[in-house]
Parts: sequence; C-alpha cells; structure tokens
Amino acid sequence: MSADNQLTRRQRDDLRTIAAMIIPASDEYKVPGADDPAIQADMLATLGRDTRLVAAALDHLARLAGVPLAELDTKRRDAVAQEFRNSGGVAAATLVRVVLQCYYRDDRVLGSLGIELRAPFPRGHVLPDGDWTLLDPVKARGGSLRRAP
Amino acid sequence: MKDPVDVLIIGAGASGAAVAWSLAETKMHVLCLEQGGWMNPAEYPSTGRDWEAKFYGEWSSSPNVRGRPEDYPINDDNSPIKVVNYNAVGGSTVMYTAHWPRLHPSDFKVKTLDGVADDWPIDYDALTPFFEENDRMMGTSGLSGDPLSPLTHPPMPQQPMGLSGAIIGKAMNKLGWHWWPSDTTVATMDYEGRARCINLGHCTPACAQGAKSSTDITYWPHAIRAGVELRTHCRVREITTDENGMASGVVYYDKDGVEQFQPAHVVIIACNGVGTPRLLLNSASGRFPNGLANSSGLVGKNLMFHPYAQIYGFVKEPTDSNRAPPTCLWSKEFYDTDLSRGFVRGYGIQFGRGAGPVFEAVASEQKGILPWGADHHRVFRKLNGHRLAVSAICEDLPEEHNRVTLDPVLKDSHGIPAPKVDYTISENSRKMMEHGLARGREILETAGATDICINNPIPWGGWHLLGTARMGTDPERSVVNEWGRSHDVKNLFIVDGSIFVTSGGVNPTSTIQALALYIADQMKQRLANLFD
Repeated sequence: MSADNQLTRRQRDDLRTIAAMIIPASDEYKVPGADDPAIQADMLATLGRDTRLVAAALDHLARLAGVPLAELDTKRRDAVAQEFRNSGGVAAATLVRVVLQCYYRDDRVLGSLGIELRAPFPRGHVLPDGDWTLLDPVKARGGSLRRAP
Repeated sequence: MKDPVDVLIIGAGASGAAVAWSLAETKMHVLCLEQGGWMNPAEYPSTGRDWEAKFYGEWSSSPNVRGRPEDYPINDDNSPIKVVNYNAVGGSTVMYTAHWPRLHPSDFKVKTLDGVADDWPIDYDALTPFFEENDRMMGTSGLSGDPLSPLTHPPMPQQPMGLSGAIIGKAMNKLGWHWWPSDTTVATMDYEGRARCINLGHCTPACAQGAKSSTDITYWPHAIRAGVELRTHCRVREITTDENGMASGVVYYDKDGVEQFQPAHVVIIACNGVGTPRLLLNSASGRFPNGLANSSGLVGKNLMFHPYAQIYGFVKEPTDSNRAPPTCLWSKEFYDTDLSRGFVRGYGIQFGRGAGPVFEAVASEQKGILPWGADHHRVFRKLNGHRLAVSAICEDLPEEHNRVTLDPVLKDSHGIPAPKVDYTISENSRKMMEHGLARGREILETAGATDICINNPIPWGGWHLLGTARMGTDPERSVVNEWGRSHDVKNLFIVDGSIFVTSGGVNPTSTIQALALYIADQMKQRLANLFD
C-alpha cells in the first residue's frame, strides 16, 4: 500500500489546508504555498515512517475542528490551528516538520532562496580561508595549560 | 565447534578498530565481531537532494528513531539527554562531527587538583605517543600551537575559517577570550587514500567524499590487510566463562540470525559506554551473578554524557550555514576550575557554522521564532543562512546513580535485553551550563546576533558514553585495571569510553582511541604473562 493510500481523503484535505496555513503562497517572494499540488504530492509520496504520527496529528486536528478544516471561517480556523500547536505534541510536531522538509526542498522555493538545485556531493562548496591574522591577539596573549602534578 | 581465536574483539568502532590494528602486528589470530555492516558511501545523505530530511529518519543520530536492524533499542526515557550512536563498521565515527580535542593533562588528576571524583590511574604523558600515533592514523587537520590546549602536530592544515569563523573570531577578540581553529579529523588535503574535504557541509551523518575520518576507511583497511578477520552482522549476546572464571568465548547471532559460539583466548570489549555494560550485565552466570567483571558493583554506574548547553542566534551577515563542516573553532577560556564561577571544573566551547534550510525551518518553527502564515517568508529569509551557534560542552563528574542497567521488558531484534539509562544532570553541571549560556550570549551579542535561543541541554546530545566500567587500581572501586584488564576476569579487556574515570570537557574520541592503542601496547608488552 502506498503512503498516499495510508491517509484518508479527509486527512489529505486537512493536510493541504493546514500546510497552507503554515506556509501560504507569496506573490512578493514568488513562491508557492505548502498546499501546492507538487509539494503535497511529495509529502504523500515520502511520508514513510512518519505516516502513523502524521495520521494521528490529522485525526487530532479533525477532532478539534469538528468539520473539514477548510470549511471553517478564518477566525475559527486560526483558533483551531493554535490549539493544534498547543496540544498536538510529538504528532503535531512531526506533521509540521514533514510540511517544512518537503517545502524547503522544492525547486521553486530553493531557487527563490538562491540555493543551488543539487545534492551537496560531488561538487561541494567553496569556503573562504579567512584572515588568520585574527588569531594574532590570541597568540600574543598566550597562556599555559593547568599543571598536572 | 569453531576453532578458538587468540583475540576476539567485540565492536568495530573507534576503539575496536584501533586495538585490532595495533594487535595485528603480533600475528595472532585476531577476530572482530561487529553487529553492523560495511557502509556504502554512495548511499550517504549528501549524495541526494533530500539530504536534510534523512536526518529525521533513517539517518537520525538516535538508534531509537533509526531503528535499523543493526541498531538496538535504548530505554532513555528517564534521562534528559538521549543516547545517540551508530552501529556499523566504523561505529559512531561514521556519524560524528570529527571535532578532535584531547583531554588535558589536568583532566587525569581531578581529585588531586580539585578534590572531586577520582584521579585516573594513568596520566596524560602515558598516552602522548598514542595520541600522536592515532592522529597519524585517523588523519587530523589543525593548527599547532594553541596556548590553552595540549600540543598537537596535525599532519594537515586547519580547515578554512569561513564566514562564520571570521565573525566568531572578531567577537572573541573584542571580548579578549581565547579561541583557536579546532583540530578535526576532516582531511584538508589528500591523505592516505582519502580525498580532501570539499565542504559537503553535512558531515555528521557520514561523509560521501571520504574526507571525514571514520575507522571503516582509516584503521580497518590496514588491519584487514595485516590479517585481522572482521565478521559483520554478528551480534554478541554474552561472554562465556570457564570453570576457572576466565572468558572462554562469546555467544553471538550471525548474519542469518543463527546462534553461534566462538571460543577465544582473550576477549576485548569495544562497545561504548552503553553497549559495554549492557553486554557485561547480559553475561551474568552462576559464577558471576551480578554480571561479568562486576565484583565492584560498578558496571553500568557513573555514566557520564557531557551535558551540552547550546545558545544560538542570527547575524545580519551571511554565515557558512550548510556549506562547510559544522564546527570550526573551539575555546578553552573557561576550561579550568575557577571557584568564583560557582562550580568546580569547566567546559570547552564549540562554535557551529550554521545550518541548512530544512533544519533551520524545523528548529526555528519549534522555537517559535519562525511564524506560520504570511510573515513566514520574510522571517525565514532573515534566519536562513545567518545562524551562529555556541555550545558549552560541560565536564560531567561521575555519580553512581547515573547508570546503565538492563531493561526488564525492552529487547533487541534478537531478543537480547536492551539497556536502560537513568541519568540526571548534577547541580554542578547545571551551574556550569548556565555559565556557558551566559558567556555564549555575550559572544553572540558581541557578534551582533539577535533572536537568541537556547537548548539546555541539547536533548539529542548523548554522543559521549563514558565511565560505566571505569579503570583504577582498586578492584573495589573500579572494573578494569590501569591497562584495561578486568580485575575479575584476567583475559577480559575493555578499551572503549566506558573505562574513563572522568570525562573532561571535550569530545572524547581522540582520547578513547589513544587509550585503546595504549592498552594494546600494554598487552603486547605483557604477552608472556598477560594473565598473571
């Protein structure tokens, strides 16, 4: 059974709604929200070992909301989200982490942050060697190790 | 029945690899049993686009989260600091930061100097040649001449200072406090078949470049070429003893899960400060009802972790974030005892270069400084790539109530009882941590950082597993003698961090390996009367 099938339709709908509340789309930064279809698809495809806790978080969210989250007015939805954050524990934290880790590996998002779209290996990164004369005051001050008898 | 081996080593990590390599020159039949397998660098996280996400799952530093077949569960519910480790050829050197300080000479004499804990039965000078040998084998980089650290001779130059190092260095100079580029086991040039560091930036969960030294790519190739046999996916259940109270071999489960008995003339345990007491306690028998080598009652007691107090903030200038090894500098400004600070002993400081975008988002959201909603994007751009971290690594003094026992319920995949950790942070450590946080705040504010947050302690910071089978000359107050041999079982040796008497205020792997080489050398010198 795929991870996609391990969340119910209601759970997937609520995941999309809460994801958009965490990270909405932005015209200013030209980035999608976390409810973007591609980002949602990434979440569902890679839930893996997090499925149980994310499902538990969404069940908790459903209990707090009473109806699909998207059907609440903005004020009520914000109140439910706040209660979810306060009372959701490890499950809620896992859900939020899943949203963030999928959002911040999306090409459009990384591109907007100026991050290269590649794995660290094999190209790595270039690091400035720095000005080692900064150490001169430390050398000048000196010091000694505590004596051991 | 299998033929007996001369020496059987349990664990192929930092200390097991070093002792195996050292004993290879004796031409004895040396066998190492390792519960994990060989690593495949092509599968390391930094080879993929989802490199950060893996740290929350299959590459978590916690064996309880990872849950690989090679891992064993650890009940650490009753500890504010959670155990982290790695189980494979290379052990936790596969998954460490490669920060490479040594214990200081004064760390071996804490009772004499400060009236607390106990002195070690050996001193720094006894280990000096083995520190040097180990640095050559592991391949260290650094800058010799640190006035407040033991003299080292790294064969490679120090890591680049980078953007983060420069910001920290300037702040430390304004405060007039000591700082220095860290010795590390990251190769800064091609070295002994290892390629130089190219700043993959995600060093802790294994280095795909092979620039970070782990014993699977340093000691083990040499040891195997010299004739040491290494059997992987073999989990030892217990050490057996004969009618004379000598170790006779081990019972283990092979890669197919089949129980095997391997006889041996000498057994060496290299399983870390949690795995070693677990194995000794699981080796209880009629002759040794309280666990093997435990006539002192100290097996599993005096667990020391090094509580980490971390404070971090965000500067306006860009930092190195994930584009460099995570640590670059250290400070020993507060390492030695100064009773005016309100505590005894002291701490080292590690400086962190920064974090990648996923880690930054997750950590900052959890701390409440990265909001949900419309302002998320603006705040994230202020935080991401601007983090600096200061961590005080506090000397943890031995206390018998901090201990490893066997969990009455929890078992590993072979049905072997799992370890249970009971640990509290002492009042002395608490004061030390508060002092470290206050100094860290001064450093960060001097660097211009804002949005300052703390982790006190770093909860997933139980890297350093020390003290649970301590060395000493008194059999009633120690588990092994001054050269690593069990007081009770004359052909049983322990070479890992569990034999530490005190912890110092620095990362211990360099000292663990120097100790392992020292014990191997003692064994070689005493071969004719090893069991006397």
